[in-house]
Amino acid sequence: MRCLRDRMKLIPIVLAAALLASSANAQPVDLQRSSIRVTARQMNVPFDGQFRSFTASLAWDDRKPEASKATVEVDLASFDLGEPSFNDEARGKAFLDAARVPRATFTTSSIRTLGSGRYEATGKLGIKGVTRDVTVPFSIREDGGRRIFEASLPLKRLDYGIGEGEWSDTKTLANETMIQVRLVTNAGR
Amino acid sequence: MATTVQDRYSNAAVALHWLIAVLIFASFPLGWISASLRLSPLKLQLVSYHKWVGVTVFIVAIARLVWRSVSAAPRPLAAPAWQHRAADLVHWSLYALMFALPLTGWIFSSATGVPTVYLGLWQLPDVVGRDRALASVLRSAHEALGWALLALVLAHAAAALKHHFVDRDGLLRRMSF
Repeated sequence: MRCLRDRMKLIPIVLAAALLASSANAQPVDLQRSSIRVTARQMNVPFDGQFRSFTASLAWDDRKPEASKATVEVDLASFDLGEPSFNDEARGKAFLDAARVPRATFTTSSIRTLGSGRYEATGKLGIKGVTRDVTVPFSIREDGGRRIFEASLPLKRLDYGIGEGEWSDTKTLANETMIQVRLVTNAGR
Repeated sequence: MATTVQDRYSNAAVALHWLIAVLIFASFPLGWISASLRLSPLKLQLVSYHKWVGVTVFIVAIARLVWRSVSAAPRPLAAPAWQHRAADLVHWSLYALMFALPLTGWIFSSATGVPTVYLGLWQLPDVVGRDRALASVLRSAHEALGWALLALVLAHAAAALKHHFVDRDGLLRRMSF
């Protein structure tokens, strides 16, 4: 029952992805090779998790990088810290609140070339009902016919209300977290 | 009964003994309470403090063995041979547990995927990767060893008190400044 509902929720994303994929310059993202990782610290102890389920659409134009676009949609309930009690807390109301707003979204609004394979995207990041402008540095490299887009986004969790109530104590759980996004496309262009 | 210099432990040995006693007594409630709490900032704090205490026990236990090898323990008290054997068994088991508990705790932490960062400053390397099955085994082992340590500490303290207050042989003065 629940499984079916989850699948139904995915239909609009699949449609949106198909639509984007049909537009010019869109490259299919190899989700098996792509990843979104999060690193954080509690009591100065590093820990990391990853989102097991997300979709991404990428329309990259080498000749005109500033005309390129990217959208990433992340299933917050797929966040995995490798330990069930941690996962329950992280997906729950105080943190990602996946039940209320199931997906986080990032959409680029502009892209700037920094040189030597480095770029900077600005865009809107929406998590838990809060949408903010963010600047995301990223790089592109080729690897065996694949193209790898890698971005690092330092994020202050409290900007998005991630870790409310008792968890807003940043001495125990640091405010600074690092999001590392790796998107792999099959076709170099 | 007056004690002479060679009848008591050296000041350094006495200091190390009581330091480790305090650490073990602090470590118990920290481990016990943190394990029973639901996931919360307080739980994370207590778990970290428990690990810091454990690493300190390990370091102080090494210091004790090193000191013991350069500065001999005082002459044994006059007592039946079986009591000496029992005392030796308890003492060396206590030493073994002062190493076994921090070590199992460290590997347990690694297997859980939560590294140990001593005093929030120095991160210990992970001994094993994240492994839930192994973590569960190590947790049981760590707890069982903890109960064994508690039992031995109580036996050790009871025997010392019995010597001092029942036999009135001044035993506690050996472990005093």
